[in-house]
Amino acid sequence: MALRQEHEIHTRRKNLNIGVGVMLGSFVLLVIFLTFAKITSAGFSIPASKANGDGEQLSTGASN
Amino acid sequence: VTDVTNAQSYDAEPQLGDYYALMKPRVMQLVVFTAVVGMLAAPVSVNPVVGFASILFLAIGAGASGALNMWWDADIDAVMKRTVNRPIPAGKVTAQSAMYLGVALSGLAVMMLSLSANLLAGFMLAFTIFFYVVPYTMWLKRSTPQNIVIGGAAGAFPPVIGWVIATGDFALAPWLMFALIFMWTPPHFWALALFMRNDYDDAKIPMLTVTHGRRVTRNHILAYTVLLAVLAVGTAFSAIGGWVYLVTAVVLNALFLKGAYAIWQRDEEICEVDDFAAERKFFRLSLWYLFAHFVAILIEAGLKPFGLGGW
Repeated sequence: MALRQEHEIHTRRKNLNIGVGVMLGSFVLLVIFLTFAKITSAGFSIPASKANGDGEQLSTGASN
Repeated sequence: VTDVTNAQSYDAEPQLGDYYALMKPRVMQLVVFTAVVGMLAAPVSVNPVVGFASILFLAIGAGASGALNMWWDADIDAVMKRTVNRPIPAGKVTAQSAMYLGVALSGLAVMMLSLSANLLAGFMLAFTIFFYVVPYTMWLKRSTPQNIVIGGAAGAFPPVIGWVIATGDFALAPWLMFALIFMWTPPHFWALALFMRNDYDDAKIPMLTVTHGRRVTRNHILAYTVLLAVLAVGTAFSAIGGWVYLVTAVVLNALFLKGAYAIWQRDEEICEVDDFAAERKFFRLSLWYLFAHFVAILIEAGLKPFGLGGW
């Protein structure tokens, strides 16, 4: 006998749970790709206060 | 509003497809298509990943407003043939689940669109969802025969949002696309109301056919189609127009005007004989009409890099 018997609801909702899992995984991947696309774009620059502490703006220089 | 759901039993477990159906996939297709055209017709190019994500979040927002619409309208959906198989009246999903899904996805879509594109696009999506759910669904749909005209405005925003995703700003051109959908919606739905006549009567929705009669509806279809033709052909001479669009608009508006004139000439006796053949034909044509106009705008935008699109 299995140590933890699977509850009936897990079997019943298996397809729904797999579907939601796949969608959440896809969402995480999309946010990663979106972040990558944003920070490598020409117009991206790190805000001055966070860049080097003395107010000078740093550009990632992806296209420069 | 949601009494209908209490009478249903929810023995069957809702599947992913049932939740997807709550989001009105066909409306989402139209939203995605017109928004993509709006985005690509803009004079600013968009990073493909940013464009894809933004259109996806816009589609999710549109789907969320569809779920909220189904939550609120569950009682009337249950009495109309056209909508009786929707997930809530069919007993597949509870009205409460639809409401939670709609609210959660609305918030997610607006937040993510603001981050992926810009704040203005996010704000416009929030306004569109609000406009569709509160003034249209909750208030005007059941209180005025101009419901379709007002509802049409909500469906007309996607190309403007698509343009704003690309540019972060407004211009005249996206509002011409807005006007095209806005003016197209009433004749499209009134033609449907003419041949789905018992549905709206049963649901006690004050469609023009119910409140002012079928003769007045036919007059309105013709009047809106004439105004739409002027607008659609006039758009050919704007920043998004060109030869391809002009030819498309002239041909389709001639056909559309012919169809509206045929509807205007008919009375109920003739319609009974041929089972609303002209009205059904006009409705089918209306689907092609909108699709072809937006494809023409897309072609004009696609030709511009080669120095061919526009004037």
